Amino acid sequence: MYRETQIINDSRKISSNGEDTGEGELVINVGPQHPATHGVLHLVITLQGETIQKVEPHLGYIHRSIEKMCESLSYRQFIYVTSRMDYLSSHINNHGCALCVEKGLQIEVPPRAQVIRVLMDELTRIASHELWWGAMAMDLGAFTPFFYAFRERETINDIMEETCGARLTMNYMVPGGVMYDIHPNFQKRVKDFIQLFRSKIDEYDDLVTGNIIFQNRTKGIGVLSKEDAISYGCSGPVARASGVHCDIRKLYPYEVYNKVEFDEILETAGDSFARYLVRVKELKQSVRIVEQLIDNIPDGDFQAKTKAVLKLPKGEFYSIVETARGELGVYIVSEGATTPYRIKFRSPGFSNLSALDHLSRGHKIGDLMAIMGTLDLVIPDIDR
Amino acid sequence: MTNEELKQHITAALPTAVFDETGEWLNVQAEAGAWKPFVQWLRNGPLNMDYLFCLTCIDWSATPTGKNVLTMVYHFTSTAARHTIVVKVKLDRTKPEIETVSDIWRTAEFLEREVFELFGVQFLHHPDLRRLILTDDFEGYPLRKDFEDPVNMIKL
Amino acid sequence: MDNNQNSDLKSASSSNGDFPGQTYELPGGGIIISSFTDIVNWARSNSLWPLTFATSCCGIEMMSVASSKYDFSRFGFEVARATPRQADVIIIAGTIVNKMAPVLKRLYDQMADPKYVVAMGACAISGGPFFYNTYSVVKGADHVIPVDVYIPGCPPRPEALLHALITLQQKIKSGLTREQIRAENLQP
Repeated sequence: MYRETQIINDSRKISSNGEDTGEGELVINVGPQHPATHGVLHLVITLQGETIQKVEPHLGYIHRSIEKMCESLSYRQFIYVTSRMDYLSSHINNHGCALCVEKGLQIEVPPRAQVIRVLMDELTRIASHELWWGAMAMDLGAFTPFFYAFRERETINDIMEETCGARLTMNYMVPGGVMYDIHPNFQKRVKDFIQLFRSKIDEYDDLVTGNIIFQNRTKGIGVLSKEDAISYGCSGPVARASGVHCDIRKLYPYEVYNKVEFDEILETAGDSFARYLVRVKELKQSVRIVEQLIDNIPDGDFQAKTKAVLKLPKGEFYSIVETARGELGVYIVSEGATTPYRIKFRSPGFSNLSALDHLSRGHKIGDLMAIMGTLDLVIPDIDR
Repeated sequence: MTNEELKQHITAALPTAVFDETGEWLNVQAEAGAWKPFVQWLRNGPLNMDYLFCLTCIDWSATPTGKNVLTMVYHFTSTAARHTIVVKVKLDRTKPEIETVSDIWRTAEFLEREVFELFGVQFLHHPDLRRLILTDDFEGYPLRKDFEDPVNMIKL
Repeated sequence: MDNNQNSDLKSASSSNGDFPGQTYELPGGGIIISSFTDIVNWARSNSLWPLTFATSCCGIEMMSVASSKYDFSRFGFEVARATPRQADVIIIAGTIVNKMAPVLKRLYDQMADPKYVVAMGACAISGGPFFYNTYSVVKGADHVIPVDVYIPGCPPRPEALLHALITLQQKIKSGLTREQIRAENLQP
């Protein structure tokens, strides 16, 4: 797969913010139309030969003004929009918003709903990491892992569709619990899937992780030190690969995460290969969580009783969840009305992207794709 | 650190700080005048707030008490000690200006650019303050409450 | 347009049979009688190469269609090109915003004739869930470029996208796409 590169003008020595570039420097565009993996990201890259001098991201090609729109939607309605922000972890986005509303109204979620929510979150995390793995391998030129990854993802999508009604943007979480009870086939299908999947992870490890070309393309590329990761506000697998303890599921546990056993994966190298390894190992941890919970779903209500029209009291509420990309923060400022006064979504991709310039200076243009692949950006999450 | 210890440290550094403990975390009301030394102390002093995780702005002009006020909100946490504070700074709506913090926390470069183009807050000494997500010929500040766009916005 | 009348997939995808025209078996060989336009349309519709243009969530469903479970290469959409110069059909999957609209127009202009457009998802048809109270969304991709097939859904199921691609193939064979009507009107 190629990327769309348009060389603007060889002899023009002005870069996009008006500064003069030096002798022999070339300014090229990558995007906004890419092979459909990351979304619409426009990078203006200043090159000296093949070495990158500066990378400047231009955003806004999918800015759908979600924050302004949510100011006129009620507290039950704005949750559907957030599934479309980071659509690969749509359950987790919805979960974060529901948690924030519940914090404001001080609703107690029943235990059955808590376990179902965590199960859906972890299945979404597995599906998202699968797609990331397939797309990253495709970026580096290997086509086969893409088809393998989508085969597993389709199984998870089918399970989700039976229970939630949709494959990609499921609005299943509501303030107070989940919208419907799980389908009777759910437990059996998930157990079958887990059994199949455990053997597949090892197969995928052999296919890509041990490949010498892949290792040469990712080891030592895009090294992010621990202080830089904290300073740039990175979170999720990007920061964990540099040694920062930042798994929200361990630090500020929500729902039943403090009752299940799983490890927080940390690596210290900080390069692209470390970020890759963190995500692959996280797949195994997610499978571990699902195995612990799938047989122990408590009985009871799947939704707490709430009023039909929700009104948060005056004040500010913030809730943090761990999506597949990092730490998503939902900040609601309420003035006591039925619609929020201001909503801010602290998106993980926005801060991860700001480290791209720092990471790719000095590397070749071919390494840029390895770095961007391991940062795992989903552009609608960045632009909101 | 507990809230009491945090309050003591912060009052020592910034005597004019006003505290508010109704929310989940300690809220500190600071002023734009003595802003830069205060944030440098937050980063380098005993609190060691090295992780800025949310930077945003709220336009209070639709409320009766906040007609002329834009509030900047910063959420800090310390990765070592795991305490979190929220710092708020009130700005005048007609001329909102504040010192940048992007030399201390690199994440603020993009976050401040976003607040600049959506609300119109000027960040002094920012290395590169220009449009990030809106089109080049966009006029106005969309997230302000008095933003009207009869062409594009279809009201429900 | 006999889109929904053919419930059997085989006859739906090939309208009147496998090859447009009449074949006569004669000793020493056969004769095929057809019109040139029909043969060209038949060939074009069975080998449409899409441009990978995905802005948001519908892009993931398009990728699902491209992969092994709902394979679209069995209908001829084998090679998804990344450059518009070599693509025949552009599947607009996702929301178009004001900043992206000139880029979409430029991509459409760069495609060579004959080109077809499929608008996938509610956002590309009319702005979708982002219709009210947004200042930056183009309310429908057909404000920017002319569209042949619309697929409702948010996101549409992969089978819906396959149905739309088959409909596009039928439309080409019947000669009713905007491209073909425009070409007919231009000829003296």
